[in-house]
Amino acid sequence: MSTTTVEPTSLLRFATAGSVDDGKSTLVGRLLHDSKSVLADQLEAVEHASRKRGQQAPDLALLTDGLRAEREQGITIDVAYRYFATPKRRFILADTPGHVQYTRNMVTGASTAELAVVLVDARNGVVEQTRRHAAVAALLRVPHVVLAVNKMDLVDYAEPVFAAIAAEFTAYAASLGLGDIVAIPISALAGDNVVEPSAHMDWYGGPTLLEHLETVQVAGVSGDEPARFPVQYVIRPQSEEHHDYRGYAGQLASGVLRTGDAVTVLPSGRTATVAGIDVLGVETDIAWAPQSITVLLAEHLDVSRGDLIAAGPIPVPTKDVEAAVCHLHERPLRAGDKVLLKHTTRTVRALVKEISCRIDIDTLEQRSGAEGLSVNEIGHVVLRTAEPLALDDYTANRRTGSFLLIDPADGATLTAGMAGGSFGTAVDSAAPDANGEDRV
Amino acid sequence: MTTVTTQEQLVNRGNAFTLSHLDVLEAESVHIFREVAGEFERPVILFSGGKDSIVMLHLALKAFAPAPIPFSLLHVDTGHNFPEVIEYRDRIVEKHSLRLHVAHVQEFIDDGRLRERPDGTRNPLQTVPLLDAIEGNKFDAVFGGGRRDEEKARAKERVFSLRDEFGAWDPRRQRPELWSLYNGRHAVGEHVRVFPLSNWTELDVWQYIEREQIGLPEIYYAHEREVFARDGMWLTAGDWGGPKESETVQKRLVRYRTVGDMSCTGAVDSDAATIEQVIAEIAASRLTERGATRADDKLSEAAMEDRKREGYF
Repeated sequence: MSTTTVEPTSLLRFATAGSVDDGKSTLVGRLLHDSKSVLADQLEAVEHASRKRGQQAPDLALLTDGLRAEREQGITIDVAYRYFATPKRRFILADTPGHVQYTRNMVTGASTAELAVVLVDARNGVVEQTRRHAAVAALLRVPHVVLAVNKMDLVDYAEPVFAAIAAEFTAYAASLGLGDIVAIPISALAGDNVVEPSAHMDWYGGPTLLEHLETVQVAGVSGDEPARFPVQYVIRPQSEEHHDYRGYAGQLASGVLRTGDAVTVLPSGRTATVAGIDVLGVETDIAWAPQSITVLLAEHLDVSRGDLIAAGPIPVPTKDVEAAVCHLHERPLRAGDKVLLKHTTRTVRALVKEISCRIDIDTLEQRSGAEGLSVNEIGHVVLRTAEPLALDDYTANRRTGSFLLIDPADGATLTAGMAGGSFGTAVDSAAPDANGEDRV
Repeated sequence: MTTVTTQEQLVNRGNAFTLSHLDVLEAESVHIFREVAGEFERPVILFSGGKDSIVMLHLALKAFAPAPIPFSLLHVDTGHNFPEVIEYRDRIVEKHSLRLHVAHVQEFIDDGRLRERPDGTRNPLQTVPLLDAIEGNKFDAVFGGGRRDEEKARAKERVFSLRDEFGAWDPRRQRPELWSLYNGRHAVGEHVRVFPLSNWTELDVWQYIEREQIGLPEIYYAHEREVFARDGMWLTAGDWGGPKESETVQKRLVRYRTVGDMSCTGAVDSDAATIEQVIAEIAASRLTERGATRADDKLSEAAMEDRKREGYF
């Protein structure tokens, strides 16, 4: 047994999406089980519960369905987060139910994911649900997508079946603007190409799913990305030792910040110079996203929670916000609604001026004249805010381009928003023919 | 504190603009602490003296350095504590000039508001004094050290978890949580439980303890202790009611993986006496920490979910 310290590893956040019977729970169970992330007492609990329900083999789906209602109904009703590690990487898996009425759950899981695994049944190929998952991944700007063609054992591990599905999906996903797409033929049930390479598919020369997850390039911060630093909290010790200390605490949303950098404080537009950077109590001269740091400015400015310290090309603060949104709440969102808008560390009052259109997530058609958005619906809206916001376009910055709409009456989270309007233009020309597909 | 080494490590690796997984988790937890400090009136940190709450406190101290943390601590004292843990608690409170609130389960039993359970387990009894302390002190945000990897009901827990005026958690009515935008809105009388370690695993916690050289109560490391066997676990003999006549006390080399009420927290056989040895032992273990050492989670398939619904953290 080694007693040496474990090497620092990287972290990959990813999300899974699949239709009800595509075998997503089995895939997640297989990934956890074969990567030896399920411990004996958890497996014993699953075996016990499976026996109690009269099942012959342990039902790996029980590893992920944690709530009473889920076990009773045999479905997953909510996003759950799973954790596993290999010597190469630590993983946070957002396990999102793929059922049609839970679009919001995939949106939730995809919001933090750097990779999405879209699962299809090899017998059915690309269906409406698959296109919906790809559309959500594109909307949320997930940088990497894996198409996992499951149940290859049920199509005799035939290469042409896989190749046709992969080609169709890749063409569709590329039309949505999805970047890195990798297709992997698997059998979650039999364990082919999930963790172990398959003995049945000599024709496949690519990585197993886990190998790909371990090696996919995690988006690091490049030096030329504009720096964005939302101010969370002002640190003023007012002690004798730190009498004049006034630090702006926050997490770098993007880019790199160095002492001496010229920055602009938004929305006021005043300029300043970075005089010092503390990383959690230790002085440094450089920091990069997503580090939590404290910034000291050379000039005495009025800076408080909600302000954005920015360098590079800076966003123009605006009270008029156009955005793609996914509505999350049972109460519909309607034009005329007064809401709160939370953007980075700033919460302001806002008016829903217009629901410009509703997007049919199955066909990606835009339906204008929408009265409102119901739960799980995606659309475009125009908002007017009480104070100017320094928003980036979501396509340029997931962290400073995203926001929430909140009900001022009871605090409910209503809607997820992505500033800018490029999603609609990207899919206009790509709207597929929706006829002849089964509804899930 | 050794944060400076993380910057050096990264630059030395020639890959200047990436972060190790511990750095990412640390940055995320600090972000959560600062969000609460920015948005709530009266936050409090639940502090049991266990490794998770110790790491949580360490992160809070770093988040606001060089200023003191703008929160007080709350300990729910079951009356069945390990003396080493109470001693540690008092030492750390004094070292950092913190303000500590203690809610005593024993007081609630003495004045009849709680009744001792036949099995002597006091862990589930903590909920009532906890909610009483939250209400009495008007705490609006309560930090807990719970991790989603601990248990399958906790895997569904939000980072910001709204509790109603009864402190109850309703898993079907949780707010969706997207990006790093946390919604802390709540009505008067409601409060929000906040879990800064949501995305950490047991191994992450230990690796971080090693990296940051964080001191822990001695019981986390192998030591000789008088224990007796009950329900497949080694329990420490003590005033709380063990052992029964049929149970024999013996001296064994053990350590604890979790710290809770003495009546339901078991020790494991171990000769891991240093952090390095503990990490190696956990990495090779085939049992989860709760499966190995917590009796209260074995009460039913949904024991944790049921307790959380009642207001447990």
